[in-house]
Amino acid sequence: MSFQDTDSAVLDADTQNAIDVDRTKGDFKFPENHKFDAGWGLTSATVDYISDVKDDPDWVREFRHKALAVFESKKTPTNWATTDLDNIDFDKIRYYLSDGQKPKRSWDEVPPEVLETFERLGIPQQERAFLAGVEAQYDSEATYSNMKEELSKQGVIFVTSAEGLKEHEEIFRPYFGKVIPTGDNKYSALNSAVFSGGSFIYIPKGVKLKQPLQAYFRINSESFGQFERTLIIADEGSEVMYMEGCTAPKFETATLHSAVVELVALKGAKIQYVTVQNWSSNVFNLVTKRGLAMEDAEVRWIDCNIGSRLTMKYPGVIMKGEGARGEVISIALANTGQHQDTGAKMIHAANNTTSNVVSKSISIGEGRSTYRGQVHIPKHLKGCKNNTECDALLINSNSRTDTYPAITVKGNRHATQHEASVSQVSEEMLFYMQQRGLDQGQAMSLAVNGFINELVREFPMEYSVELKRLIDLEMEGSVG
Amino acid sequence: MPFRVHSLSNFLHMSLHIQDLHASLENGTEILRGVTLEIPAGEIHAIMGPNGSGKSTLSKVIASHKSYLPTAGKITMDGKDISEMSIDERSRAGIFLAFQYPNEVPGVSNANFIRAALQSRLPKGQDIDAVGYYKSLYEKMDLLEMDRKFTARAVNEGFSGGEKKRNEILQMMMLDPKYCIMDETDSGLDIDALKIVAKGVNAMRSPDRGMLLITHYQRLLDYIKPDHVHVMSEGRIVKSGGPELALELEEKGYDFLKEPALA
Repeated sequence: MSFQDTDSAVLDADTQNAIDVDRTKGDFKFPENHKFDAGWGLTSATVDYISDVKDDPDWVREFRHKALAVFESKKTPTNWATTDLDNIDFDKIRYYLSDGQKPKRSWDEVPPEVLETFERLGIPQQERAFLAGVEAQYDSEATYSNMKEELSKQGVIFVTSAEGLKEHEEIFRPYFGKVIPTGDNKYSALNSAVFSGGSFIYIPKGVKLKQPLQAYFRINSESFGQFERTLIIADEGSEVMYMEGCTAPKFETATLHSAVVELVALKGAKIQYVTVQNWSSNVFNLVTKRGLAMEDAEVRWIDCNIGSRLTMKYPGVIMKGEGARGEVISIALANTGQHQDTGAKMIHAANNTTSNVVSKSISIGEGRSTYRGQVHIPKHLKGCKNNTECDALLINSNSRTDTYPAITVKGNRHATQHEASVSQVSEEMLFYMQQRGLDQGQAMSLAVNGFINELVREFPMEYSVELKRLIDLEMEGSVG
Repeated sequence: MPFRVHSLSNFLHMSLHIQDLHASLENGTEILRGVTLEIPAGEIHAIMGPNGSGKSTLSKVIASHKSYLPTAGKITMDGKDISEMSIDERSRAGIFLAFQYPNEVPGVSNANFIRAALQSRLPKGQDIDAVGYYKSLYEKMDLLEMDRKFTARAVNEGFSGGEKKRNEILQMMMLDPKYCIMDETDSGLDIDALKIVAKGVNAMRSPDRGMLLITHYQRLLDYIKPDHVHVMSEGRIVKSGGPELALELEEKGYDFLKEPALA
């Protein structure tokens, strides 16, 4: 399905301001100060440089080199995805930048400009207020990583991926690259070759974290690629919520962010992964995220994409154990100059598994939203359920939205339903709201807020506040 | 009060005054062809007329709907020309339009919507007192026999025709406008709902407020007594009179307008 509005109404400046995203908070940078710089372009020497700096074990170095070969062998997927991908010049990107410092356990030890960066983004404040642990990544490496002491005593591990693969190889290695194989797609292969940063989390059996763990990804350097790698393992009956945020200053040149995130929820475990993506509008954000849910386990992706030039991200859940549940709740906002190409993959691989996808996209100006969904239920299974809802809201003429749902259900012992809608903030609705006294911007804000309201409630309270600020609906005090 | 100056507003020229108003669609079709009508504060006027006579268009032009271009004439409110005012400026200045077909605003609760509308009338930095707001809201909902659950429901979403119309009257009561224009508020209402809506409108009668009822049928005027009745046909007011004119129309139908004597 493809929808394009042909009306040529143009928003006035107030309206545009009111619905525009506040990018000012993340739009600042400090001079680069790198001890280690892998230089421009990507060759096997780049991979060796990264492996040398990070002092990788041999198996990791080998993993990287194999991945580089896969990356080079894979074509850019412009046969189905946007040709904007061709504008990424892999020779004009720097693949590793760091100051060579280990992540600090205390903000006091973090370099002043880095500390100032994260303070301006509110991270230490949030940590004190409601987080169980924080990792803050600055360009290629984490600069800060800390978790409440009581959690260490319970056996919770929350470290960088580099530390995870070295210090906890016995837990890390069996799952690393198993949920998302290197060759899953060109960008997962790229990440596998040059990954640096990201988190490794292990929650022991039965441990239920009351407060979320958070990672914040910050790009400070121009023409840079950030390739964090995250692996979260929730052991039987455990529960964890992980939240990630990200920003970058707006540079003249394109910046690349290509992460791989693997989640493993063992029997009866629950993982919630919350993202508020607010990259500046020149970042290519090509991310692969997938969770594995074993018997009676649950993996929920709560995903909000507001920033970036192009985001391609389809969080997935493989429901491998009987009774497993998978969910993707997603909000995408595409303003002029942005393309949010998002969706969900639900792979049912056991009986009585349940998946739910609710996606809402807002296209503004010339912004473009695409939903791609895949639901797979094979013939030999029974009792599987999927619900997919995707709603698109178009705000003005040039917006475009496409929906590509692919629901493959074999056999007749399953229940699936799919609903899709495209709506507009119509002239008549605006007239109605304005007739009550709201100016056009306020009316538009209220309409957009109403559209995503039901999903915003799914975000943790602290993040829904953040979300409100980010989406900058600027209620102008209208609904307090 | 020992005495009440009913016509104080008249004395100060308090009225919504439509003078020789012409309005066309974008394609040039003229819908209003010289409407002149003065609604002084304190009075209720009714406009009746057949379908397509321009009644609804008049209400939308007063509210500044973009689909209609005023081509001549003017509208003044309490002596002030409102031609240059936007939709929301007119609203905040005191013009309220109760819609014939109220729009849905998905996901926005009634309570938040009305609150946002009230908030838009306050200076920046000043907030509505939530306690007082709900007290006032509940009072009016009680008068209109609306269930409390209504506050949490999204604006007009899944509302019956009667609920939508009651909601319009509730908003009108909450916003306390100087001039109320009600476009076919009676259409689609059963007799019980009509009585409730009329109760709300009658409660708003005030020497400081002018009202314009646009209706197809005499029925509404049994419950809301107008001071003046106007008949509209082909984009003009063709006849004005007292409440008896409505009864005459009911009896004779609109065809009698076509008699040469009226042309």
